[in-house]
Amino acid sequence: MSPVVKRRGERFTLPGKYLLFILTVLCICLMLLTFGTNVFDKPLNTALGYVVIPFQQGIARAGEWLSRRSDELGQIRVLLDENARLKEEVAALTEENTLLQQDKYELNHLQELMELDQQYGDYKKIGARIISRDSGNWYTSFLIDKGSDDGLAEDMNVIAGGGLVGRITATGPNWARVTAIISDNSNVSAMTLASGDNLIVSGDLQMMSEGVITFTKLVDSKNVVVEGDKIVTSDISDKYLPNILIGYIHTINKDNNNLTKSGYITPAVDFEHLSEVLVITDLKQVVDETE
Amino acid sequence: MLRKIIVALLIMISFLLESAVFQHFAMAGIVPKFIIILTSSFGFMRGEKEGMTIGFFCGFLSDVFYGDVLGFYALILTYIGYINGKFSRIFYPEDIKLPIALIVVSDLSYGMICYILLFLLRGRFDFLYFFTKVILPEALYTIVAAVFVYPVILKINQKLEAREKRSAQKFV
Repeated sequence: MSPVVKRRGERFTLPGKYLLFILTVLCICLMLLTFGTNVFDKPLNTALGYVVIPFQQGIARAGEWLSRRSDELGQIRVLLDENARLKEEVAALTEENTLLQQDKYELNHLQELMELDQQYGDYKKIGARIISRDSGNWYTSFLIDKGSDDGLAEDMNVIAGGGLVGRITATGPNWARVTAIISDNSNVSAMTLASGDNLIVSGDLQMMSEGVITFTKLVDSKNVVVEGDKIVTSDISDKYLPNILIGYIHTINKDNNNLTKSGYITPAVDFEHLSEVLVITDLKQVVDETE
Repeated sequence: MLRKIIVALLIMISFLLESAVFQHFAMAGIVPKFIIILTSSFGFMRGEKEGMTIGFFCGFLSDVFYGDVLGFYALILTYIGYINGKFSRIFYPEDIKLPIALIVVSDLSYGMICYILLFLLRGRFDFLYFFTKVILPEALYTIVAAVFVYPVILKINQKLEAREKRSAQKFV
């Protein structure tokens, strides 16, 4: 029987096959449309933002309160041990610090760091709270509770604890999505602080379980870059502001082509226990190349 | 009408559960996929069309907040709902083996499709790593969640069906 023939006294219903076909075509059209343009972004982000975000905010706050209470109870003993250990460590570190201060090279290094801090201080920043994480288990991105109403926009840089977290990739009126630098689909143009050599830092799901992310294309012709060197965002990146700390070199390997090096970086930010971040509202200056 | 409202609420709750609540209970960074449990159970309880529609809206919600393009997760979940709907003919409410098996297979195939389209095509070839570290733990955690969540969904559906039957009899 043809599905479109309408019988008397029978309600017209669309067979499953046809609905599947319609939904498939709809999804493919949406994908093609949103791949190049962002026509739906504004209305959808606004509408769904007002429905879902308030719940997520509430849950995030309640969850934080609960986990803080359980942490307090569970960790008192651990904290006592840790306190004793930390006191020893403080003593050791104080001694080490005195040694460091005598070292002239290290002094220069610290001055450079101070300049770096100064530069962070110049940017305008907004604090935001993380309210939910990507549930897909594949990419690392999360939502924060500030959006375009608070002056946030796409491509703004996000930092926490002095290191780079990522950048904003979508905004609604009261929320924004941050894609982390450890996400598998993220690449950051970076440089070494000491020698100014450029390299590319890429997120890597596979390496992240060991607490490191990969870097590639380091041209280090003078062989001066060593493990432990600071990696900061480069001047030539078109999304990231210069000189934001990304992390420290963990291992360096020579590539097969003998020209470039690659290896792993330990990120400066603890992505496991992130709950509040700072958004830099200054955007990187971009030259319009349409002419 | 009541069914539509309740299903919409269930979609919202599943999305909130996995994106906000269970982030605090994540094991090794892995969260159970509640939207797959919901899509697949409505698929085999109610048939292709309802499974498909619920899958579409669940996927669409993830797309808006976490997808690069709209329609990607929506398409995958639509098909999961449709294929689960094919099994509504051999579904009995008393049997728990079929539902759990279907939910696991759905989650595994969802993981495989995501791996192929998002990672393999970008040159990440270490399948064994991704299978043991992401796909398999996600499926296991999802079964554990399904054992608790599926009976609740089943009860809600049975209540709704009983109500619909009563109101249908009234008109006769």
